[in-house]
Amino acid sequence: MTVEFLKAFSEPELAQQLIQQIKAKSRTPIRLMEVCGTHTVALFRSGIRSVLPETISLLSGPGCPVCVTAQQEIDAFIALARQEDVIITTFGDLIRVPGTCSSLQQQRAGGRDIRMVYATTDALAIARENPARQVVFLGVGFETTAPTVAAAVMAARAEGLKNFSVISAHKLVPPALAALIQTANIRLDGFILPGHASVIIGLNAYRPVFAEHPMAAVVTGFEPIDILQGLALLVAQIEAGEKQLANAYPRAVTAEGNQPAQKILADVFRPVDALWRGLSVIPRSGLALAEAYGEFDATRRFQIEVEDVPEPKGCACGEILTGLKTPPECALYQKKCTPAAPVGPCMVSSEGTCAAYYRYQG
Amino acid sequence: MTKTKILLDHGSGGKMAQDLIADLMLPGFDNPMLAKLDDGAVLELNGQRLAFSTDSYVVDPIFFPGGCIGDLAINGTVNDIAMCGARPLFLSVGLIIEEGFDQDDLKRILAAMSAAARQAGVLVVTGDTKVVPRGAADKVFINTTGIGVIPAGVAVGGDNARIGDQVIVSGTLADHGMTILSQREGLSFDSTLESDSAPLNHLVDAMLQDGRAVHVLRDPTRGGVATTLNEIAQSSTVGIRLIEDQIPVKPDVAGVCDLLGFDPLYVANEGKLLAVVAPEDAAAVLAVMQADPHGADACIIGEVIADHPGKVFMQTRIGGHRIVDMLTGEQLPRIC
Ligand code: SF4
Repeated sequence: MTVEFLKAFSEPELAQQLIQQIKAKSRTPIRLMEVCGTHTVALFRSGIRSVLPETISLLSGPGCPVCVTAQQEIDAFIALARQEDVIITTFGDLIRVPGTCSSLQQQRAGGRDIRMVYATTDALAIARENPARQVVFLGVGFETTAPTVAAAVMAARAEGLKNFSVISAHKLVPPALAALIQTANIRLDGFILPGHASVIIGLNAYRPVFAEHPMAAVVTGFEPIDILQGLALLVAQIEAGEKQLANAYPRAVTAEGNQPAQKILADVFRPVDALWRGLSVIPRSGLALAEAYGEFDATRRFQIEVEDVPEPKGCACGEILTGLKTPPECALYQKKCTPAAPVGPCMVSSEGTCAAYYRYQG
Repeated sequence: MTKTKILLDHGSGGKMAQDLIADLMLPGFDNPMLAKLDDGAVLELNGQRLAFSTDSYVVDPIFFPGGCIGDLAINGTVNDIAMCGARPLFLSVGLIIEEGFDQDDLKRILAAMSAAARQAGVLVVTGDTKVVPRGAADKVFINTTGIGVIPAGVAVGGDNARIGDQVIVSGTLADHGMTILSQREGLSFDSTLESDSAPLNHLVDAMLQDGRAVHVLRDPTRGGVATTLNEIAQSSTVGIRLIEDQIPVKPDVAGVCDLLGFDPLYVANEGKLLAVVAPEDAAAVLAVMQADPHGADACIIGEVIADHPGKVFMQTRIGGHRIVDMLTGEQLPRIC
């Protein structure tokens, strides 16, 4: 995305028009939730939060991949990192997340081999270069990144790479929406749906959820104008008493989504019940390796023992991830918990809600 | 969780680095020159003011588009001295070389250092070379220390920003940091990125001519523009307001940042400076900068305000606002 492109879409007049439109239309107080960490950050960075009328409350949902990863899963990653002759490969922000008694970053400083990669192909390359060692990729994220992990597993099979495996903690967006709608006390009026994940899964993937639990919802992109357009659509719908699924990001998102990506997801993974931080177990909301690819499942290759552990004491991440609390309502926020010394994952990831509040709201 | 180990975050130039310095370094060496924590120390000797600065270079890869560890080591220290308002004169060079390092690579690095010193007009007058066993260092590390003279009448310092001053940046942000990152990680979209490594002493010299009221000079290296401006806001007890629309970033650099979830405001630069200038002199300083090859893209990106002392704000493109905090640790690519 170029500066010219960004500028074209951040055109101040267009933004002003949309802001005025939202202000004029919005009468009743409404609660909207974004369920994508990139949106959380974009809402702050663009200053949109500072220009919306008081009638609109923005809640951040379970959209930061690192944040929704359960404490047990983090502990399992750390336990894996402690095994002899294992190289852990992972995307960036996971390495700072505190587990029950350590973090991957602390393990790395203590001499464990933990490598940050930018693409799953890098993890495969590391496996090829280190045939005598086991390389494990930590699969965290939503439908957006899961296809690249699936592709890596397929490539490993095709190459006969015996020292590569994946621990899959992937999560799926639509089942989480259903769980959020049914959670008492959240009182949602509408969803801002993630652009990137929707590119993969398509609008149709949301239909079953909203058929069962009607809710105003709009898929939007990440430029300020995209988001404002999405908000304008949501406000108009809600004021008119409608509950529809709308697409404010048609230049990237189609009804069917990216079918080749969906196909490799379906081949390599199978849906399983998954534990989400803050939301407990949601049926069929996670991805585990399919039986046919079981040999690449790190949880089968290694003995990983983790206890059932409570989440960090005093940390309200669970409630923050479901919009029940905002970071300033957590007693530890800004006091015991800062980006330099995070207590919970929501303060660790650059897309975590607590980190976003800390960074952009001060 | 045990917090007894040094993490990479402690070297990131952000808040964790600041805390480490404040907790572990300052207590043992307490003196007023160190306490300022500017890019270099200002010393008075027989009525002459000297600027004195040191820096170590451990960049990986050692060769990258736009430069190598050698010119970086010369330019970095030259710039740190120039940011004190001084004319850099003499440098020392310390090399720590890993056993087995390629002699041809060493020659290339030394040639780059010699060319950079010539361009900056400084002399390397003393040096030291150590070779350590394989694995005890990574290829080559370089330390440079430099000394320069501050002309009479020049008064720049991180605590010198005043309300109404204009904030000028000498060119586009994040070129160096994103180049290194994309080289290091072998990202495939790196073809067009190039480090901005350059000596800024001649540019500074030109800016300071005619007694122009340049109050603060800093080069936004590790931690980027956001961290440097926060440090200035804190030292000067003023607020700073940035205008998002004015902040220059090259399209390809913005693209890579976007992809990885990096904010160019926090990415390192190696050939850029920030100047805080009295409003009446801002236009003249800007014109001088734009006439210099290392300041051709200079522009005003904000101003010093009385509100919210110690904090930096951004007026966003859509007319909103938000805080610009300093960097905490290394920026990490996000999982999307
Ligand atoms: S502020 Fe820290 S402790 Fe509180 S909810 Fe956020 S991450 Fe948890």
